[in-house]
Amino acid sequence: MTALLEVKDLQVRVEDREILHGLTMTVNGGEVHAIMGPNGSGKSTLSHVIAGKPGYEVTGGEILFKGEDLLEMEPDERAAKGVFLAFQYPVEIPGVTTMNFLRTAVNAQRKARGESEYLVPDFLRKVREVAASLNIPMDMLKRGVNVGFSGGEKKRNEVLQMALFQPSLCILDEMDSGLDIDALRVAADGVNALRSPDRAMVVITHYQRLLNYIVPDHVHVMSKGRVVKSGGKELALELEESGYAQYEDAAA
Amino acid sequence: MAAVQETVDRVRQIDVDQYRYGFETIIESEKAPKGLSEDTVRYISAKKNEPAWMLEWRLEAYRRWLTMEEPKWARVEYPKIDFQDLYYYSAPKPKKTIGSIDEIDPEILETYKKLGIPLREIEALEGVVRPEGERRIAVDAVFDSVSVATTFQKELKQAGVIFMPISEAIREHPELVKQYLGTVVPTSDNFYATLNSAVFSDGSFVYVPPGVRCPMELSTYFRINERNTGQFERTLIIADKGAYVSYLEGCTAPQRDENQLHAAVVELVTLDDAEIKYSTVQNWYPGNSEGKGGIYNFVTKRGDCRGDNSKISWTQVETGSAITWKYPSCILRGDNSRGEFYSIAISNGYQQVDSGTKMIHLGKNTTSRIISKGIAAGKSQNTYRGLVTAHRKATNARNFTACDSLLIGDQCGAHTVPYIEAKNASTLFEHEATTSKISEDVLFYCIQRGLSQEEAVGLVVNGFVKDVLQQLPMEFAVEAQKLISISLEGSVG
Ligand SMILES: Nc1ncnc2c1ncn2[C@@H]1O[C@H](COP(=O)(O)OP(=O)(O)O)[C@@H](O)[C@H]1O
Ligand SMILES: [Mg+2]
Repeated sequence: MTALLEVKDLQVRVEDREILHGLTMTVNGGEVHAIMGPNGSGKSTLSHVIAGKPGYEVTGGEILFKGEDLLEMEPDERAAKGVFLAFQYPVEIPGVTTMNFLRTAVNAQRKARGESEYLVPDFLRKVREVAASLNIPMDMLKRGVNVGFSGGEKKRNEVLQMALFQPSLCILDEMDSGLDIDALRVAADGVNALRSPDRAMVVITHYQRLLNYIVPDHVHVMSKGRVVKSGGKELALELEESGYAQYEDAAA
Repeated sequence: MAAVQETVDRVRQIDVDQYRYGFETIIESEKAPKGLSEDTVRYISAKKNEPAWMLEWRLEAYRRWLTMEEPKWARVEYPKIDFQDLYYYSAPKPKKTIGSIDEIDPEILETYKKLGIPLREIEALEGVVRPEGERRIAVDAVFDSVSVATTFQKELKQAGVIFMPISEAIREHPELVKQYLGTVVPTSDNFYATLNSAVFSDGSFVYVPPGVRCPMELSTYFRINERNTGQFERTLIIADKGAYVSYLEGCTAPQRDENQLHAAVVELVTLDDAEIKYSTVQNWYPGNSEGKGGIYNFVTKRGDCRGDNSKISWTQVETGSAITWKYPSCILRGDNSRGEFYSIAISNGYQQVDSGTKMIHLGKNTTSRIISKGIAAGKSQNTYRGLVTAHRKATNARNFTACDSLLIGDQCGAHTVPYIEAKNASTLFEHEATTSKISEDVLFYCIQRGLSQEEAVGLVVNGFVKDVLQQLPMEFAVEAQKLISISLEGSVG
């Protein structure tokens, strides 16, 4: 079976500084992987490179997505093929209603895959259904994308998009940052509802807390641009007690 | 490579040969000899069968023009125009006076189709009957310098609305034309307005009688077709007491190597309790990727809220032309009158835009509102220039101005030049201005959700201009939205 995502010896530079120094990990369909690590260890960088954000130079290694060379694809093509990144800091887009944004995005992806556009009633029904499950009032979708949304609303909006697009790879970057416990639970429930045998999740977090709600199959510890340890979900608890200090030394 | 940098690079590669509206209709046309003299003015006047008073009016303007100098204060640069090297009149050679659709040259109709004139208007031109109750738009199409088709005349006539080419109005309604022509933009107003007064070829005339709400949107499509023909439109719209009219102006021009001069004059007059809403979508040829060619758009548009409680509202979407020099203004003469200016100005490539408005508060309790959205991409320069004044007697004058500029890339410029003058202590003028760069993070967010780079730029820009788009009549807004995407997309494609 081909892995969903294979990152092999990935080396990445930003503005002439190497940030990732040979990172390797394999994610299969149905799995949930957690990436943990101190601030600045390169977690967001990894997520951005997978999604294709400009500004990063891959100087070595490769990324395969369903066996295909991901780095050869344009970022919008990656999205259409099922790569989804829930951003740590979702941006605001004034003047563009969330509803319009969702429809434009869904249809852009469908078009890229050679599928027909959603009919408006079908689309609305789908959005209503998903929004209700995430406690998102329809009024919120009439506002500009993330404009004036609270931290929790922004994250729920990310999960809403995930549920609409049905991607095969979901990368969640610090989904817990800025959320109180109730907001976190709602968002995590949304994510858990999306777990399925043909979908994988990569959950990036600094804290163990999130992993109480989204329980991972595998945990990787990142430090200074490398995966320094991998293990099962117990690794997260271990980290909670001992902290990252030991790994910083290991990476150095 | 950074997303914005990529946009910039693609903008650089604009293949203007792809300019959607760049094609030429080959029809025989009739021209005045090249150059400008009293004889040219007489030629035009004679072609139009004008009465003697009109010729006199033109000649006076021409003589005045000889003494005037081109304005230099705008932030635009271009080589000196040789006014003797232009044709001032060009008409498709008519077999006879055109009265109905069938008589229109099929080539001209084809041109309209290529222009993408909204389907319903083609239908209108082709006489297709639409279901009752659907809102219609009457079209007065100006092809080069002669109006070739006017639709919905009958229904308008029933309502008492006069909507016809101004050349016809001069012959058929001389009393109205004499009463209003040149009273908002005097023949001596400025270099280009004066030139227009001398040589204007055609344009629209609208008169809405007291208490009448015009039963449909009035619309004109302009096109500049002949090589080297300056197009000098003259439009005059009068809303009598308690009348209302919404007028739409859309323009495209075929691609040309030489710069083409366009110096239009639009005059609006509202009497007591009347309202005029004037909307423009302008997408003339902007020039090629080296900044060669394109339209010089030097326009004088002014409205006079002559009566109490009257209102004039300008909405413009400016995406074309090599150089735009345009300040649709309101003179708020009547007490409680209101002026509005809503503008979207997009510049790309080497385009130069210097546009804005003047709100001149003369009457008591007059109010005005200015919302300007400038978007600069490529190597373009985009300037908002606005004047808001309150005279001594204009007690309680109020203005709100918001000017927002969005930059795409780092080789373009946005500038805001507001002039504010209050000669009255009770005046309240508010001014807000922002300039921002299109955010790479926002673009990437959209692209991560599956939008192409172009779609992302189009979406973000359409969000940025939303407040103004909402001011356009519905069907126009949809087209404008597409046009905005195209004018940037074409740049990114
Ligand atoms: N655009 C950038 N320019 C310069 N340095 C960057 C940039 N993005 C990230 N870095 C650096 O790369 C390292 C990893 O950052 P990041 O991937 O955000 O870490 P994490 O998400 O694990 O906190 C940090 O040292 C950060 O300063
Ligand atoms: Mg991070």
